[in-house]
Amino acid sequence: MIPNLTTPDFLSILPETIVFVMGMVVLLFDLFGRGRPIRNLAYLTLLTLAAAAYADWTLLGQGLSGFQGTIVADNYSIAFELVFLTVTAFTVLISIRYLEDQEFWFGEYYALLLFATGGMMLMASGRDLLLIFIGLEILSISSYVLVGMFQKDPKSNEAALKYFLLGAFATGFLLYGIVMLYGATGSIHLDGIAKALDGKSAAENPYILFGLGFLLVGFGFKISLAPFHMWTPDVYEGAPTTITAFLSAGPKAAGFAALVRILVEGLSATQFHWVQVLWLLAAITMTVGNVLALQQDNIKRMLAYSSIAHAGYILVAVVVGGAEGLGAIIFYAMAYTFMNFGVFAILILASSKGRERVTFDDYAGFGYLEPALGLAMLVFMLSLAGIPLTAGFAGKFQIFKTAVEQGYIWLTVIGVLNSVVSIYYYLRMIVVMYMQQPTNHSISQRAVPSVPLYAAIAMAIAGVMLLGIFPSLWMDLSLESVSVMTAGR
Amino acid sequence: MEMQLIFFYVFAVLSVGGALSVLLFRSPVYCAMALVGTFGFLSAIFILLNSEFVAAIQLLIYAGAIMVLFLFVIMLLNLRTDKSPGLTWSLPKLLGVAVSIGILSQMIGVINSPAAKIGPKDIFSPQYLDEKGSVKVIGEILFTDYVLPFEIISVLLMVAVIGAVIIAKRHDTDSGGEG
Repeated sequence: MIPNLTTPDFLSILPETIVFVMGMVVLLFDLFGRGRPIRNLAYLTLLTLAAAAYADWTLLGQGLSGFQGTIVADNYSIAFELVFLTVTAFTVLISIRYLEDQEFWFGEYYALLLFATGGMMLMASGRDLLLIFIGLEILSISSYVLVGMFQKDPKSNEAALKYFLLGAFATGFLLYGIVMLYGATGSIHLDGIAKALDGKSAAENPYILFGLGFLLVGFGFKISLAPFHMWTPDVYEGAPTTITAFLSAGPKAAGFAALVRILVEGLSATQFHWVQVLWLLAAITMTVGNVLALQQDNIKRMLAYSSIAHAGYILVAVVVGGAEGLGAIIFYAMAYTFMNFGVFAILILASSKGRERVTFDDYAGFGYLEPALGLAMLVFMLSLAGIPLTAGFAGKFQIFKTAVEQGYIWLTVIGVLNSVVSIYYYLRMIVVMYMQQPTNHSISQRAVPSVPLYAAIAMAIAGVMLLGIFPSLWMDLSLESVSVMTAGR
Repeated sequence: MEMQLIFFYVFAVLSVGGALSVLLFRSPVYCAMALVGTFGFLSAIFILLNSEFVAAIQLLIYAGAIMVLFLFVIMLLNLRTDKSPGLTWSLPKLLGVAVSIGILSQMIGVINSPAAKIGPKDIFSPQYLDEKGSVKVIGEILFTDYVLPFEIISVLLMVAVIGAVIIAKRHDTDSGGEG
């Protein structure tokens, strides 16, 4: 018996289909277009992302579900998909110049970026552990390759191997957790799991807790929560700078999207247990990320630890839960994308052919050499630190406000203290740029202009300021989109 | 029933022994052969569990295809036997062992706990599987309930192939080019 597939089935996977099919088209263009500039592929990729975003936009509010409920296009998944598409669009914009600087001419780069994006979208929209897992693997395998693409650079190779081995190990944990949940509930569909757990005693079944624990370890690795974060700085430092930017925003948001959906829609009966675990993880993650970021001299490593810290803040929102808390996750993911990519775009613009500029010393006096870029960097750093009138502040405010309202006073105290610590290393960049005398190592020549990079920086500035001054622009959709999950539970 | 239990323990001990020897043998070829043995014993356990399909796939894909490739690679690379001095103990290693033992004892505790319950099997009882044959049941589910994941796996495989080609290909700086 062949399943009766109808239009809603295909509409519900329309954005994913666009991304995957165009990924293959990019590959074919690369094959038959040898000799043409690789930046054409970048523009094709941007067009694809715009088309997928438009498809997402038209599906908004319809709450489609397809293929026997394995996949949905509800507002939650669409909001996250818009975040992922933004992340990839930024990555493409900052890649054009970077790949030329590095003399890297492989069109597969853009195809793999598209596939990784498709994997993230599946993670956000899958309602079946199998589909979520496959999405995660598509994302992971693409990322391993993207990290190791610079074969000439031993650090890139080391990072790829480290990421691959530890990632495969974490995948084992995740699968083991899924198997245990399946054994205990007889289903890998989130609805089926929730139905099997609908009764107090089932939640006390040790197999469920076993599965939950392994699941958290697996996802904890992917979103680099504190005890599982060891790979992050090495991988982020070794990877091509554009991919570092991509990894610190995209896969983390996707990991949160899938984790929250599994916890809230499938395992809400065990909420008492996972809230306690995540509380502790959030506290450790924020502290470890911020304290270790203090002593970094390499900006990529500093941003790696800072991304760990930001994952900790987002985890606070997961612990808090409810529409307000979960909505803050989506808002924060978008806000973090803007400020993070802003910094990376400036790093790439300041670098020149064959010479990357990623240490603090490079930027001594940068604020006077490039007043406009210095000002932009200032805005991004203030936003990362969470100073009012920026997107970073709006996100943190929403998270900690909700946490206080729900009575998580101690977690809020830890979070706010960490925020204060983080100001030190974000302001260090500003101090270096404006108050230190340039040495002969630091950047002495003005940046070579590049339209895509200027576009990325302008978009990032606009995003940071708009979300900071008018948070409701994105917050309303974020809050509304999680209502599909919290309603009636 | 008794007989089945005896077989289970025999194969269980053999597969765990095989897995241990993968870790303990020094020569890569021995390790690979021990892994082939482990896969074989695992597939025997799958047969005892009434899932002939998984058993056959385990033998064909893992013991057959994947391990043969492994052996090819090991022999082509002409790897020498590991000559490094035996196990050395360091703090991280001890910590790793402690954590592993902790997790293992937790797992044993979970499995032995009286509260641990296996979930509902729906219609998939051993009788039902015997009646229809597990291959048919798996095929039906794969092309109805799980048709989307099944199709998406093809993307996963393609990404893996592209990735392998990119990583393995020699990147000459002067080839390609912007033209």
